[in-house]
Amino acid sequence: MKKPKPEELKEVILESGIKVKPVYSPEDVEDLDYEKKIGSPGEYPFTRGIHPLMYRQRPWTMRQYSGFGTAKETNQRFKWLLEQGQTALNVAFDLPTQLGLDSDDPLAEEEVGRVGMAIDTLKDLEEAFTDIPIDEISTSLTINPVASVMLAMYLVVAEKQGIPWDTVRGTTQNDILKEYIGRGTWIFPVAPSIRLIGDVVEFCSQNVPKFNPFSVCGYHIRESGATPVQEMAYAFEIAITYIQEVLKRGLRIDDFAGRIAFNFDIHGNLWEQVAKFRAGRRLWAEIVKERFGGKNPRSMTLRMIAGGGGGGLTIQQPENNIVRGAYYALISALSGTQTMALCSYDEAYTIPSKKAALISLRTMQILADEMGLKDTVDPLGGSYYVEWLTNEMEKKIEECMEKVEKRGGMIKGIESGYIQGEVSRQAYIHEKKIQSGEITKVGVNKYVMKEEITDVELHPFNPEVAEVQKKKLQEIKAQRDEKGVKEALLGLKKAAQTSENVMPHLLKAVKSYATLGEITSIFKEVFGEFKEPTGL
Amino acid sequence: MNRNKPLGEKKIRVVIAKPGLDGHDTGAKVVAHALKDAGMEVIYTGLHRTIDEIVNTAVQEDVDVIGLSIYSGAHLPLSKKLMDRLQERGATDKFVLVGGNIPQRDIKTLKSYGITEVFPVGSILDDIVEFIKKKVGQKK
Repeated sequence: MKKPKPEELKEVILESGIKVKPVYSPEDVEDLDYEKKIGSPGEYPFTRGIHPLMYRQRPWTMRQYSGFGTAKETNQRFKWLLEQGQTALNVAFDLPTQLGLDSDDPLAEEEVGRVGMAIDTLKDLEEAFTDIPIDEISTSLTINPVASVMLAMYLVVAEKQGIPWDTVRGTTQNDILKEYIGRGTWIFPVAPSIRLIGDVVEFCSQNVPKFNPFSVCGYHIRESGATPVQEMAYAFEIAITYIQEVLKRGLRIDDFAGRIAFNFDIHGNLWEQVAKFRAGRRLWAEIVKERFGGKNPRSMTLRMIAGGGGGGLTIQQPENNIVRGAYYALISALSGTQTMALCSYDEAYTIPSKKAALISLRTMQILADEMGLKDTVDPLGGSYYVEWLTNEMEKKIEECMEKVEKRGGMIKGIESGYIQGEVSRQAYIHEKKIQSGEITKVGVNKYVMKEEITDVELHPFNPEVAEVQKKKLQEIKAQRDEKGVKEALLGLKKAAQTSENVMPHLLKAVKSYATLGEITSIFKEVFGEFKEPTGL
Repeated sequence: MNRNKPLGEKKIRVVIAKPGLDGHDTGAKVVAHALKDAGMEVIYTGLHRTIDEIVNTAVQEDVDVIGLSIYSGAHLPLSKKLMDRLQERGATDKFVLVGGNIPQRDIKTLKSYGITEVFPVGSILDDIVEFIKKKVGQKK
């Protein structure tokens, strides 16, 4: 290919709309005030990282998303992952569980145990964590509209294992607003859903201080088509909405902001992602300090899991996804994440095989132990390009946040369908650019192979799981004290109807072996269901 | 929008549907945008629809095409159920397309149920548009 002349060079514009020059120099960052805008790691505004010594002191947590079939099967997979050196758990629930349906619900047909494990009652969660020391590992429960119920179950499991709540570490994803934008496991309308999140935060701040009551997911917003700028801006607007809900209850910002967690996505341009996180840390610190008057530096830190996203993986030439995963892990480490997870190479096809899950875990371990990523904090800091791009990303994120706020904030934006529309439009634009070749995707629109041999092993779905769950449900219902169940559910209903915190009632209900479906039905009765805006 | 059509010709009507509990709607919305841009009338059902609800919408809205989007792995039973219900309702004149993460090996089975065509993840949007135009054109 002929070498183009300097004036013929193709323009480079990042997904976030930022134009990139071929060369950067000190002039591009001459106004940058190191003390004010960058600072030492572990100090405001945390641009370089939230801890002074970062990975040198403690490497990132490795937490692969996992779960399928029955609680017993999932328990085996959890133990195997921990034996392989994984340092925390990230629980996948099946769709009926995520939507608060019991396994015998007609709507759950064909879905029980398919994309995660099935949980109907406390009994299932007890089995999932049998012989797993939940005081030593932290657990992330990936569930949203009924996160409060799952947290109640988890806390009772801890109690039964003799573990005091003040030592329980983990996260409930519990981010309903992003479910309306992408991912789609919503049940109740917006207002009562946010109230439930407030109940969880309030309860945790008083009783489970080491637990992250919600994790705001830019991840799924980006996976639904958002640009990296929209991913950060919408996530921050969501977090602000939850903060406002909690402040209304009389808590102070420093009572809970240090337990706010974020979940972000990594795919696309390496530099844009790194700058996204550096800008995000700076901006979030400023929001908590300036807008909400946070005093405790911990409250201002952007604590995150940054995961290699499925959106970057391709169905074509699936082994290439192993390489992509390795680069995503590298980006994640260069971005100063606290926790890392990778989509496995077969995830465009199926839930990960043991082999694929292990490759993902080993990818992160190789990076940590062989490549020097733990040696020094924020190794890209000080690069003319990276610092310039960090500034540009920060400006763009702020602009995008202003747009949402001008329209009345996140709740209005979601109820009207504005945010969903912005994201799906972006997804369409992006897909058209891939199909036209404007954005290159190897194996999809470049280096395409005609005769593709894909030997991805598909995870077998076991339809018997539904039968096992149904039988178990019948047995539990036959054995439990019905009067106790009724009383607990009545108490829950009364609390839901008032502004009383539902958590103590949920604890009572799950202890009585009320089912997830029974509890959700109470909420549906009181709160109603979300009406999705379906305009395009 | 109607540039290439003689005046008065009825627009192609499509319902894009998300059956079951799966919440992955990006693909469905991208396809809906593409069909709309191609001048078709597109109805999007929203998430968590039952097969009966989808069939009702398809019949009431008198659509030419039903596009099912499924990412949960439950595409075989859901598609079978849809085809059975269409049969029961006597609505067999509709073309049914399935999209999502559909493994190659299941395409044959889906077609044996009467699914007109399968467009798995990675399909070309223009191909979907052209396919629909051709099929509906042949019928009319």
